[in-house]
Amino acid sequence: MSATTIGTATDEAPPRATGLRWLGRQLLRQPQAQLGVTALLIIFVCAVIAPALVPYDPLQVDAIHRLLPPSAAHWFGTDELGRDLFSRVLTGTRYFALVCLVSVSISAGFGILLGLLAGAGAYWTDMAIMRVMDIVLAFPFILLILAVVAILGPSLWTAMIAVGIAGIPNYARLVRGQVLAVKHEDYVEAMRAIGAGPLRILFGTVFPNVISQIVVYTSFAMPVAVLSASALSFLGLGAQPPLPEWGAMVVGGRTFIRTSWWVVASPGLAIFLAVFSCNLLGNALRDVLDPRSAPK
Amino acid sequence: MLGYILRRLALTVPVIIGILLVTFVIKSLIPTDAVTAMFQGQVTEQEAKVAIDAMRHQFGLDQPWYIQFGHYVTGVVQGDFGTSVRTRRPVLDEIGFRYLNTLELTFAALLVALVVGVLSGIIAAYRRDSWMDVTATTVSLFGISMPAFFFGLLVIMVFSVWLKWLPVMPRGWTALLLPAATLGLIEAAPLARVTRSAMLEILGRDYMRAARAKGVPERALLFRHALPNALLAVATIVGLQIGHLIGGAFIIEVIFGWRGVGELAVRAIEWRDFAITQGIILIGSATFVTINLVIDVLYTWIDPRIDYSAG
Repeated sequence: MSATTIGTATDEAPPRATGLRWLGRQLLRQPQAQLGVTALLIIFVCAVIAPALVPYDPLQVDAIHRLLPPSAAHWFGTDELGRDLFSRVLTGTRYFALVCLVSVSISAGFGILLGLLAGAGAYWTDMAIMRVMDIVLAFPFILLILAVVAILGPSLWTAMIAVGIAGIPNYARLVRGQVLAVKHEDYVEAMRAIGAGPLRILFGTVFPNVISQIVVYTSFAMPVAVLSASALSFLGLGAQPPLPEWGAMVVGGRTFIRTSWWVVASPGLAIFLAVFSCNLLGNALRDVLDPRSAPK
Repeated sequence: MLGYILRRLALTVPVIIGILLVTFVIKSLIPTDAVTAMFQGQVTEQEAKVAIDAMRHQFGLDQPWYIQFGHYVTGVVQGDFGTSVRTRRPVLDEIGFRYLNTLELTFAALLVALVVGVLSGIIAAYRRDSWMDVTATTVSLFGISMPAFFFGLLVIMVFSVWLKWLPVMPRGWTALLLPAATLGLIEAAPLARVTRSAMLEILGRDYMRAARAKGVPERALLFRHALPNALLAVATIVGLQIGHLIGGAFIIEVIFGWRGVGELAVRAIEWRDFAITQGIILIGSATFVTINLVIDVLYTWIDPRIDYSAG
């Protein structure tokens, strides 16, 4: 992945201890990043205050106003059960945020821990962890997710957990590689020399130095997680109706695509725009850390 | 070379055993099995229990897990993947022709992705910062942000519903056209990005300047000097994309009614027919492992400098 190619020399090399702050400053100079961050902020704010914003109850069935095209009363139209699509799409931001938080936390949490253990631990710990990761990676993403869904049964939580588990090995690999790279740097040796314990070295010295890599990788992992979770919902293996999750909403509207395109269009565009914003941010992050690929 | 391939094959053995074990462990963790799901709510409780017990016995579901695992592995080695509890046909028969359908779809899509992705990547890099580069880069950013299922529905909406060029469920060779193009274009986006950055790096090298200085025509410069060197990065990303491609194929199959493994997998989960799910996961992973092996071997062909004799 491109995450492995980043972190090369820049004209203004990041002072190690303030890597994240440096990254943030550089980032906000990029128009791509400004756009991405703004869009994501709006989505997350919507997710929090959605119940106060929606003009209609997103679950309220209204048999008389079925499949109405977009109008002043229903900005995005209504779906096959007469539910207001604008309210549903807006409420969907909550599930987008939830997927981002839950799936990525699972991948990053377990992945970072395993990666740190493998990179800093004994030979056999490293071997054992990485061989298990290899086996997980030997499953194509979708098959691994299928396996998890088969055990837990289809639901939004299953989809989020499955997507989270499938993302663990990449984090573990990334962190392990980074730990191995900084493990023998002088400042780590120095910590050891002044008598710091292994845990203090690992979490106090090594970990802060791999954070910026983790942040960049997360910006790529987030859109992948969102796309995967919504695809699972679309396949009927994730969020179940009547939950206003965007992927599940697209499935519902699929049957009416010939007559009522708006039922599919609004949730579909919502996913696209949300993922697009994540990718803009990811691109900008990569450009900051790897100027070779940045446009002139 | 042969030694390398053999060593590489040996390395896949633990992975295959791991896959077998994982698929099996998953099975023993499943709360309801297919037999229970089949009879639930259909007959009285007493009758259901008798029928369930008889059927569980018939499929060996009442035996301890290690015996079941033993049976399973022996069966797999002999090409017996068990029987679908739902359709009562051998799993291999259920998967067989669908596997070929999925292969057909994925290879056609990969072809589309390679042609579109690599070509637009080359053009974007060669005409850096021109309108072509900006277009290609923007379109590929759109491409990686587009959910495959939404794009598939858009394609159906535009080509079948509005333009009426193709029926929604076409037959014959046109049946492959829309799904393969849809999946291929989605996968072309990351390829274009990687090709572009690989080409950009290579076009800036000294030997490219030297070649240009001695008067090598531009086309030869691009396709004979630069492209072969960029192919290594492309091969790597193709290897990584295969898993993604399979996932995309599942979605495209469902949207276009393409009778492939993905469509079956979705049904198998609904039916809780784990023999089929297990078979699909096993065959899919084995295929994935094989493809990655082939790509590793292809590396030596693309880049003869890679020396595998050291292991």
